[in-house]
Amino acid sequence: MLYDFLKDYATILIFLFISIGIGVGFIFLNLLFSPNNPDSEKLSAYECGFEAFGDARMKFDVRFYLVAILFIIFDLEVAFLFPWAVSLGNIGLLGFWSMMFFLLILTVGFVYEWKKGALDWE
Amino acid sequence: MDIINIIFYDTLKIFALITPVLITVALIVWLDRRVWGLVQLRRGPNVVGPFGLFQSLADALKFIFKEVIIPAGANKIIFILAPIVTMSLALLAWAVIPFSETLFVSNINVGILYLFAVSSLGVYGIIMAGWASNSKYPFLGALRSAAQMVSYEVSIGFIIVTVLLCVGSLNLVDIVLAQKNVWFAIPLFPMFVIFFISSLAETNRPPFDLPEAEAELVAGYQTEYSGMMYALFWLGEYANILLMCAMGSILFLGGWLSPINIAPFNLIPEPIWLIIKILFLFLIFALIKAIVPRYRYDQLMRLGWKVFLPVSLVWVILTSGFLLYFDLLPT
Repeated sequence: MLYDFLKDYATILIFLFISIGIGVGFIFLNLLFSPNNPDSEKLSAYECGFEAFGDARMKFDVRFYLVAILFIIFDLEVAFLFPWAVSLGNIGLLGFWSMMFFLLILTVGFVYEWKKGALDWE
Repeated sequence: MDIINIIFYDTLKIFALITPVLITVALIVWLDRRVWGLVQLRRGPNVVGPFGLFQSLADALKFIFKEVIIPAGANKIIFILAPIVTMSLALLAWAVIPFSETLFVSNINVGILYLFAVSSLGVYGIIMAGWASNSKYPFLGALRSAAQMVSYEVSIGFIIVTVLLCVGSLNLVDIVLAQKNVWFAIPLFPMFVIFFISSLAETNRPPFDLPEAEAELVAGYQTEYSGMMYALFWLGEYANILLMCAMGSILFLGGWLSPINIAPFNLIPEPIWLIIKILFLFLIFALIKAIVPRYRYDQLMRLGWKVFLPVSLVWVILTSGFLLYFDLLPT
């Protein structure tokens, strides 16, 4: 029983090894056949022909960070919705209204973000 | 002995899937360029092989003989790992795609969850590439790409939930079989449209190709890559596009089912139907690339967060309420 259950996942594990192997194999072929004569100009960061200035890992807009946080909240919500959607036929009205209450709380948060301008990119 | 047999048999099955997928990727790259050319009244690639069919093969051969350049300031291990991660994840998701009721590599009972998870992991390859390059263009490109992909993933999640409400199972075979009577593209038409547009954004295709807007960011997160490592990104990207087309066909267009269950249509083998649907969706992808101008970044984020997210959330509530009220829920 347990064995059958795991068999499908074992196939995916083998799939993972094979696909990584294909990627590594391609790069290995490339290394095998390509010339290799680096110089300092070739190895410097590309900035349209100018000398690279400053650090590439610079400050960036905080909104990217906000988007990431919002994503975590909503993706978690989706993760809660998956089992609910599958079993809604069995849990009936109580299950339905519990989820609606949960969604209502999230919607209040979403409206707040919207009004605060967290979703605006001018 | 038994274990070795199983591993051998699985490996055969996996290669029987990966080889056609890789060949199809090479062909759709050609198709993409060809459609793009024809829309602009050019010929497109037409020299290598009949109609230029072997163009992608020639490109791949060329990449093998190109120098591997790893920038001096890069984090070397992550830099090399990034394209491998992108490509292997794009291939890995294909493990659960069913081509008919019995033809699949792996039929796990949480198939759609697996697809959702693996396609979310794709963002790691891009972030790794952008960070490890230690250069400004890749860094900005990776940030944009990551923000865009996660934004549209949320609405894709809600869309999948609406489909699951109608099916009552996470298994991909069950999802297709639930469409025997009517394809979900008809009752859930608005969701199909939003899914299609979101999959354009999710795979960084035009009109949402801001991460590699060549006038601004050169080539986005791929700027510092060369040779086969660049080709792996490109392979992964197209394998992902094909995967989104396959997901669209399975969730909304009835997977391997023929459109009408009468004589000339249901004689065509089932996997062929799925392939036709995938190619049809890809053709629309290619046409959109050729005819739609690029979005601005603020428009892109507004569309994702302020239009698609509320609409798909409301649709989840409407669908569940409707199914519950009329007692149509699968148990």
